[in-house]
Amino acid sequence: MKAPRAELYLGRMFLVALMLFTVLPFLSIFLTALQPSGSLPSGLAWPTNPQWGNFIEAFKVANMNKLLVSSTLIVLGVVPVSLIIGTMAGFGIGLLRIPGARFVLILFIFGLTLPIEGIIIPLYYLAREMGILNSRLAIILPLIGLFMPFSVFWMNAHFANMPNEITESARVDGAGTWDLFRRIHIPLARAPIASLAILLSVWTWNNFLIALVLVEDPSQRTMAGGLGAFQGHYATNIPLLCAGTIIILLPTLLVFIVLQRQLITALLQGSVKG
Amino acid sequence: MMGSEPHAQVARWRPMRRALRARRARSPILVGWLFVVPALVMYAIFVLQPLALTVQYSFYDWDGVGPATWVGLSNYSRVFTDPDLLGTIFNSFKLLLFFSVIPVTLGLITASVIHRVTTGRFGSTARAIIFLPQIIPLVAAGIIWGWLLSLPGLINQLFKAVGLESVTRAWLGDFDTALPSVGMIGIWVLLGFCTVLLQTGMAKINTDLYEAARLDGAGWFAELRAVTIPGIRYEIGVCLTVTAIAALAAFDIVYVSTGGGPGHATAVPGIQIYIEAFLQRRVGLASALAIVLVLLVLIVILPIQRLSRGSDR
Repeated sequence: MKAPRAELYLGRMFLVALMLFTVLPFLSIFLTALQPSGSLPSGLAWPTNPQWGNFIEAFKVANMNKLLVSSTLIVLGVVPVSLIIGTMAGFGIGLLRIPGARFVLILFIFGLTLPIEGIIIPLYYLAREMGILNSRLAIILPLIGLFMPFSVFWMNAHFANMPNEITESARVDGAGTWDLFRRIHIPLARAPIASLAILLSVWTWNNFLIALVLVEDPSQRTMAGGLGAFQGHYATNIPLLCAGTIIILLPTLLVFIVLQRQLITALLQGSVKG
Repeated sequence: MMGSEPHAQVARWRPMRRALRARRARSPILVGWLFVVPALVMYAIFVLQPLALTVQYSFYDWDGVGPATWVGLSNYSRVFTDPDLLGTIFNSFKLLLFFSVIPVTLGLITASVIHRVTTGRFGSTARAIIFLPQIIPLVAAGIIWGWLLSLPGLINQLFKAVGLESVTRAWLGDFDTALPSVGMIGIWVLLGFCTVLLQTGMAKINTDLYEAARLDGAGWFAELRAVTIPGIRYEIGVCLTVTAIAALAAFDIVYVSTGGGPGHATAVPGIQIYIEAFLQRRVGLASALAIVLVLLVLIVILPIQRLSRGSDR
């Protein structure tokens, strides 16, 4: 035993209370989602006649199948490209130590502190000029740019800590820079790249402001963007709104349950390195 | 290793290595830069360029369609004199308390409790559950709490259950309680993140220090102050930085739960920028507020960085 009995007891009570604080909101929307559509239930009421059909209705009215496809397309457009060019840049800065590496790194780090609000206004006019306003590209391209500071910083931290011997011996064997990157260092960087992939996917999926401003049609947005629009239309139909929210939470929730440990570690490392 | 190799072999290697080195000497700079260029280009086009444009817009009066007129610093002076605009900055500082100070303090307490009184399963379950709100979209958090804090919602139901019927109200619609209620949502979202991050830091502290503290008869609080906090200064700094940015740049939660209302009670810079730029079409004014926000974030987080990285890292 690590601590006195009374303290153990108190401490666990405290933790149970916090867990309740975390879980009760989820429970409340779940129970509310099962109330008759259009009714005004109270916060935590057992549904006498659970309306599972609400989930189907919410799925239909929110165009959920389109939204799922759209979010997946956006993630597929953002994440692979970000991973490739972010890893390359991290390699160039952290391992090849190009002249000016320090300056470039600082330039990227500055981006870590930049709120999206600082660039969202010109992004709208740029997207209009480029003719991509209201298309998924208007979300994909800026997100790639916005993810660069973190991706580069993250991969730089990995490559800067790789022992020199690996690079030296590959060089001696006559490996060119591209081979060194592709055949030696990418396989060694699999773990940080996987964490980065998880993080960028979650952030893309959950992105709201860019989707809200740059794409008018909710069914072309990210999950979070679609949810925002759904709330605008169904703010008064509480059970339906709750059902829709749960459907949108479900994918991330499932990913979290499956990848719980990796996700927590990735998010934490991400912030510590940042 | 190198020294033990036969001389002959070393000699045979030498010319080849020299050749390699020569090839490397002229190419690496160029090749190295080629690796960095794609990321730099995307960053420059979609982040640095817009940032520069925001600065440019902020000196103009522009409705987004017609011609723009140069107005110098007058957009900035309006940001600092118009009570509605200046109010958003004050509100974002109040949110710092709820999004940053409270989650970090409460997270510190929670993490030390987990660290001290839990073993294995219970501790990791508590960790995972408390972390949960961190992974859902902020929009969803806003919707969930918008319902909980409404008149028939769970919060009022709980108050009624303990006989406090008099305090029940539409929490997000009341001028006095709207901002703290939005803050409440921030605590719910960010507490788990702070707890888990701080606890990871605590796990790295040398257990001998805790043994020594316990031998000296240190209780929970003394131990926290003398051993834990100095040991996780860096993690505390990270928590404060991440949560401070979340507070000052808050948008999603506020947009969904209150839209900045009632009146301007919960208007934060992010919301005001959105309204001014895309609904009122006052692009210059919105840009000036955006630049003020960018600077505000830097002003708040730079001292935190210095404090936490300080002398020992």
